[in-house]
Amino acid sequence: MSVLTVDHIAVGYSNTVIIEELSAAIPEKKITTIIGPNGCGKSTLLKAVARILKTQKGAIFLDGRAIQQVSTKEIAKKLAILPQSAEAPPGLTIFELVSYGRFPHQRGFGTLKKEDLKHIHWAIEVTGLGELRDRPVEALSGGQRQRVWIAMALAQDTEILILDEPTTYLDLAHQLDILLLLKKLNEEEGKTIVMVLHDLNHASRFSHYMIAMKDGEIITEGEPKKVMKSENLKAVFDINAILMTCPFSQNPICLSYQLNKETECLLQTVE
Amino acid sequence: MSDSVEESIDLKKVYKGSRPIIATFILMGGTIGLLFSIGLSVSFGAADIDFATVWSAVFQFNPNLTTHQIIQDIRLPRVLGAGLVGVCFAVAGSIMQGMTRNPLADSGLLGLNAGAAFMLAICFAFFPGLPYMYIILFSFLGAALSAGIVYGVGSLAKGGLTPMRLVLAGAAVSALLGALSEGIAIYYHIGQDLAFWYAGGVSGTKWEHLKVMSPWIIAAIIGAIMLSKSITLLSLGDEVAIGLGQRTGKIKFFGSVVVLVLAGAAVSVVGAVGFVGLIVPHLTRFLVGNDYRWIIPCSAILGSLLVILADFAARMINPPYETPIGALIALIGVPFFLYLARKGGKEL
Repeated sequence: MSVLTVDHIAVGYSNTVIIEELSAAIPEKKITTIIGPNGCGKSTLLKAVARILKTQKGAIFLDGRAIQQVSTKEIAKKLAILPQSAEAPPGLTIFELVSYGRFPHQRGFGTLKKEDLKHIHWAIEVTGLGELRDRPVEALSGGQRQRVWIAMALAQDTEILILDEPTTYLDLAHQLDILLLLKKLNEEEGKTIVMVLHDLNHASRFSHYMIAMKDGEIITEGEPKKVMKSENLKAVFDINAILMTCPFSQNPICLSYQLNKETECLLQTVE
Repeated sequence: MSDSVEESIDLKKVYKGSRPIIATFILMGGTIGLLFSIGLSVSFGAADIDFATVWSAVFQFNPNLTTHQIIQDIRLPRVLGAGLVGVCFAVAGSIMQGMTRNPLADSGLLGLNAGAAFMLAICFAFFPGLPYMYIILFSFLGAALSAGIVYGVGSLAKGGLTPMRLVLAGAAVSALLGALSEGIAIYYHIGQDLAFWYAGGVSGTKWEHLKVMSPWIIAAIIGAIMLSKSITLLSLGDEVAIGLGQRTGKIKFFGSVVVLVLAGAAVSVVGAVGFVGLIVPHLTRFLVGNDYRWIIPCSAILGSLLVILADFAARMINPPYETPIGALIALIGVPFFLYLARKGGKEL
């Protein structure tokens, strides 16, 4: 089952093609994580799916309809994206920023109705920001700020949430905090979550489905047990990883790793 | 959404922010202040006229009285012109700052004003005696021309358009177009006409000008207010705005048209006065927050107040001579610009 299908797309920026041809299906009501080295096209793929970048070839289907043919406001009712480096204008309070998530549901001048306020308050509560809602966003810590943007995406009331590196720049505990929040949203609200993560162990622990990319192509995809194998990690990241089982999720995690060329050096000296 | 959370929300206690109250206060207080400063500006001048006479000149006009004539023919159009110019520059600045997330955006700094003024010089040189109805069109065209050049020059550089780079491109294009305007003025002996057009600021404003420019400005302001919610979303960044279902290309196009009309209309009356569009939106944003549904009307009021008071000061500093209004506004504008530039242009 998938609501979101990527069908033979080519995407890139003005004159560089990042993804030449790629197809994928995002499973419904699951957490899907895209992993891969820097510059492999993870973010490009997310941006294409969220129609921020136009596809040069192929199509992306949302509920069976090509997104190019659906009005962008209608897509915004089904799919919310949290860009990598979203920055709020100064002075904006949490409540105000989260309330912009209601834009796709509003008409005309955009006065907040009862329904809108319900969603805004729910989003603020569920992300644990209730106490802070009148504070300016720039006064918050990195982890709280990330929660505000997630709250905005939640106020949008969509089935699908797309997040580009939601844990970057956060410390260990706050990373886990965000991921647990996403897990909860997936389990309790049935949200389909698609994200890019750099931390393989987090990806393995929290995802139902993983997509490993390199050079604009999918190298392997499937459940974490299938993707998190040393030969796959070698192919994708060019590393030699020592894997073991995560005691919390029972999925494979990477205990430690070496660069592939480092290992070759070592082997040569042994010989 | 889980029911427990939904039930726990008491909608009556919902916080909606104090900003609307401040903004309403600015709109109401500002309008009263505006009426007061119009009255002030009309009564004081080379000849002081008391408020009662001003009142009767406006509402019971008697063409046989000199004071009534001064008010009706000279002072009233002048002060209304100043007010409209303030509205134009301030709203244009607000839209530019919101749409581009560039805290240094101002029609003066980005060269739009110089472009409009350049076209005016061409009008005077090649089509002397052209009715104002057409002059204003040339002014729009000039603003569009320089906006195009500045944008083009700015985006040629590696690393794309940063706020500072746009301002530099604006300064370069302004200097070039300013020099060309001067050259045309000297070569065609129209220096005096041009100087008369602007150096006196809004002093040359006539009813004819107001009649021609008002419909344009009203249309542009209505457009700006209709776009205001979308501009707020754009101020969160393009990607966020697209994610929320906004057609950013369309909004930017209409926003730019509104800016060009406003800047062009203002320059055609007052000349290339800068900084109004820089100062007023920042001040307004500081007071009412980031919601452009409030910023645009509030900055319109505050902008007109600023220019009317500046024009009043321009007449009162050294009577009967007039101090150029542009110089007076630059006196506040330049330090303000330096302050913003020091903050690294990161504020938006």
